[in-house]
Amino acid sequence: MTIRFVLMVNKQGQTRLAQYYEYLTLEERRALEGEIVRKCLARTEQQCSFVEHRNYKVVYRRYASLFFLVGVDNDENELAILEFIHLLVETMDHHFGNVCELDIMFHLEKAHFMLEEMVMNGCIVETSKSNILTPIQLME
Amino acid sequence: MGSQGGFGQSKEFLDLIKSIGESRSKSEEDRIVLSEIETLRRRLSDPDIPKRKIKEYIVRLVYVEMLGHDASFGHIYAVKMTHDDNLLSKRTGYLAVTLFLNEDHDLIILIVNTIQKDLRSDNYLVVCAALTAVCRLINEETIPAVLPQVVELLGHPKEAVRKKAIMALHRFYQKSPGTVSHLVSNFRKKLCDNDPGVMGATLCPLFDLITTDVNSYKDLVISFVSILKQVAERRLPKTYDYHQMPAPFIQIKLLKILALLGSGDKQASEKMYTVVGDVFRKCDTTSNIGNAVLYECICCVSCIYPNTKLLEAAAESIAKFLKSDSHNLKYMGIDALGRLIKTSPDIAEQHQLAVIDCLEDPDDTLKRKTFELLYKMTKSSNVEVIVDRMIDYMISINDNHYKTEIASRCVELAEQFAPSNQWFIQTMNRVFEHAGDLVNIKVAHNLMRLIAEGFGEDDETADSQLRSSAVESYLRIMSEPKLPSVFLQVICWVLGEYGTADGKYSASYISGRLCDVAEAYSSDETVKAYAITALMKLHAFEMAAGRKIDMLPECQCLIEELSASHSTDLQQRAYELQSLVSLDRRAVESVMPADASCEDIEVDKELSFLDKHIQGAIEKGAQPYIPESERSGSLNISNLSIRDQPEVSTHSLRFEAYELPKPVAQPKPSIPQASSTELVPVPEPSYSRESTYAVPVPTVSSSVSGSTELKLRLDGVQKKWGKPTYGSSSTPDMPSQKSENGLSRNDDSSISMSRPQSSLDYRKPSVEITPEKQRLAASLFGASSKTERRTTSTHKAVRSTGQVAEKTQVAKPVDPPIAKATPVQPPPDLLDLGEPISTSSAPEVDPFKQLECLLDQSESASASSHTADNSSKLPDIMSLYSGMPTSGQTSGAVGPISVNGDHLVSPSEVGVIATPAGTSGPVQFSKGPNLKDALNKDARVRQMGVTPTSQNPNLFKDLLG
Repeated sequence: MTIRFVLMVNKQGQTRLAQYYEYLTLEERRALEGEIVRKCLARTEQQCSFVEHRNYKVVYRRYASLFFLVGVDNDENELAILEFIHLLVETMDHHFGNVCELDIMFHLEKAHFMLEEMVMNGCIVETSKSNILTPIQLME
Repeated sequence: MGSQGGFGQSKEFLDLIKSIGESRSKSEEDRIVLSEIETLRRRLSDPDIPKRKIKEYIVRLVYVEMLGHDASFGHIYAVKMTHDDNLLSKRTGYLAVTLFLNEDHDLIILIVNTIQKDLRSDNYLVVCAALTAVCRLINEETIPAVLPQVVELLGHPKEAVRKKAIMALHRFYQKSPGTVSHLVSNFRKKLCDNDPGVMGATLCPLFDLITTDVNSYKDLVISFVSILKQVAERRLPKTYDYHQMPAPFIQIKLLKILALLGSGDKQASEKMYTVVGDVFRKCDTTSNIGNAVLYECICCVSCIYPNTKLLEAAAESIAKFLKSDSHNLKYMGIDALGRLIKTSPDIAEQHQLAVIDCLEDPDDTLKRKTFELLYKMTKSSNVEVIVDRMIDYMISINDNHYKTEIASRCVELAEQFAPSNQWFIQTMNRVFEHAGDLVNIKVAHNLMRLIAEGFGEDDETADSQLRSSAVESYLRIMSEPKLPSVFLQVICWVLGEYGTADGKYSASYISGRLCDVAEAYSSDETVKAYAITALMKLHAFEMAAGRKIDMLPECQCLIEELSASHSTDLQQRAYELQSLVSLDRRAVESVMPADASCEDIEVDKELSFLDKHIQGAIEKGAQPYIPESERSGSLNISNLSIRDQPEVSTHSLRFEAYELPKPVAQPKPSIPQASSTELVPVPEPSYSRESTYAVPVPTVSSSVSGSTELKLRLDGVQKKWGKPTYGSSSTPDMPSQKSENGLSRNDDSSISMSRPQSSLDYRKPSVEITPEKQRLAASLFGASSKTERRTTSTHKAVRSTGQVAEKTQVAKPVDPPIAKATPVQPPPDLLDLGEPISTSSAPEVDPFKQLECLLDQSESASASSHTADNSSKLPDIMSLYSGMPTSGQTSGAVGPISVNGDHLVSPSEVGVIATPAGTSGPVQFSKGPNLKDALNKDARVRQMGVTPTSQNPNLFKDLLG
């Protein structure tokens, strides 16, 4: 297991998408989201895009008003995760066309489907945009 | 594309999303969600919900839980929806269930049947949806229910299904390796699947398998090398390219696997050198992803059997990382340095400035990473500087998790490399003072042991110097408010043992201080116990030395208070002190010998000292002791029973032991301490422990190690020595003294018990190092090799004059780049450059205009940026877009991409796909339609009543540059 969770949170700290690859209770999720979002929001652009939190690391990236946060194990390649976030955004952009926060909000399940295609069991399994999007497009 | 069809959602849903999106505070959001819960509860309880509505309700439930509220009332509807015939509904149902429930939830059992059915479906998308659910919902118990079907699907004609089946198998392996142990060969087979997606997914389980058992997979080295070679040569379909790197995520995974396989294996490593070198060369160092692969190469190189050429390349890359302006790259560089330092320890020297720079950086993440590096490169020559720095940092942070970690690292380093005991004690004092409650209790025991044992055999004066300085430092620190309990325990113990040893402080002064501590921390029983035992020692030493000591009034108070304490342990100690004071000098001397904490205590397990007494008792007609195995009950009062034979028959249960001492000892109160101890009820915990073991003698030793390990309490030991005390009260002093002796020592004995002698390097002569200290303080890196001293001598000269000089020296070359970094740093989020402007002008500006100006902003920004990073980044992304439509179309027509039947492992068959040679993407051109889209969408959103007003900046301006 390398990826523990993927979160999308906006500038106000409101969760827009949350996917955990290990089970956490509602309270645990709430606490964790609160803590790490506070941590990440407090950081400046110049600082690293990585934050240590408890016994794992959070790699985050900001797109306009939306933060993408990925919790990973400590020995994970942070830079690769950073680019994975970008790949996810590119994929969503490819699907929605100029993706925005509202796209994710209105199509929460589709954003989840994309993530499901890309990450399974906490591992990155698919990185080809067409392979990720084909099943989703076929469903419509 | 998908979203453009007017969204197809109900007004109600749009309103909900709109209000959630526009809510300004958490409480407002909570209010919306709470009313939504009520609505959903009503709607869902309706017996005939229209089918097309249910999916929307489920998504709304997902929202409710995502925003932190309980939606368990609706879980069952999500489960129901997995039965739906409509694929989209079905998959949404599965998704919702995976988000709501963990695999051990009761409702899961209802889904297993559905999953089984779906796995048999003719529609491969249904099968995929079911397999995705399998990965999240199947637990150990339900694996057998789906396992045969999953295995069958490994041979499915659709590559998407094969890929997911592999991952389902991977999940089973994670959950319960035993159930799929006979199937792991499938992973090997699927590595050669002719679809690159399946191959890429297979790397995940293989990585796990190889992590646990490297040797069984050595034969795959050639396959992995060959795959990596083909990937690096761009033989994979172009859709796997990411920012012009061929399948970088697969490359990274392969490099991780190679690192595992090549670790400590020269033969295997030799097969990898060429391909790793190739990857090294081909990495594009201007893009993030290129650097990510590069970093993975360095990790791989530092893991496998060393190769000079590769190590050089790695060192070169690290240098580039560290020199970069990007904090992310610096971070990776520091991390990589920490990895490479194991194989080539000299590499850190050339980067010392960069490292010190990162250490001083305000960015906490970077700082911590640097401390991790320092931790790895600590040796006896630089331990003082490093540990000092670490402690300073430890003091400055609030995060307990990390504080604990760094404190234990400090302790570890100090124990391992301490140049002198003096330094060690000082360091420990600081660690204890600031993080005492976070460190392991063993550390405290170690410290006490060190002070007791000192330098070793011969140097008594140095030992006593050490102790005096410890005592002095503790007397100073004691007056600080709010010291951690563990630290106070150490202080009390040391003061008790050595407070008066050098004659500098009077016993009454130390007693007073100890009483103060006991009073100030009156809620901490352990500290009080340590304090009163220390008082006892002080009195004993004074009496033994023939000096008269008057009990201080506050000390008397303390004793009185503690003899009425709720804690039996404290009572016991108080009474012991009282009785000790009334003993004569000779007795005290043998009860509490001075400075005897290091002496070994011989435990006479046979209790042979009682033999004479037993003999006498038997002669008087007592029944002989019956071993436990020969008795029927769980009798455990052996000693007593021997003395008092009528009791044996009547009291077959141990519990009577509470009452027993009284009739025995009270008639003979000749020995005061015996009678006083017996008043103390024997602590229950140790009794119950004894009852479980029910073996008289071994129990004693086990309870000692058990209880002292944790608390240094007397309970366990108490029993061991206490009982003979009662029993032998009729005999002369000898045994009771011995028991007292045992009591006085139990702290010490537990210390040596709690940790066997470790191979610590305390014994280094401290004198030689002192002159070097200053130079060391100037440089973390100095004094390790002569060559490096020559090269760095200039810096050192400057820095040794002081920290300030060091800082300026260091900061100068690096600070300007940091300032410059601002524009370069976020190259991928180019459009963010426009963001602050738009938000600042937000209140009045029309969003349309905003978008336009945003575009201008970003374009001008990109045009004006001359950095290599930026300019290369831009066409990079554009090429991606220009490449996208074509590949998208082909794939759309042909279905999921098949690799022209390529067999990855055999390069000859692979059809080579031309690389996207330097596509000079027309920036403005591809931007145009995007903007139009954005505007269209914005208009549409407005039509639907969702107004992305300017004060709601939720609208993405643009995600990609």
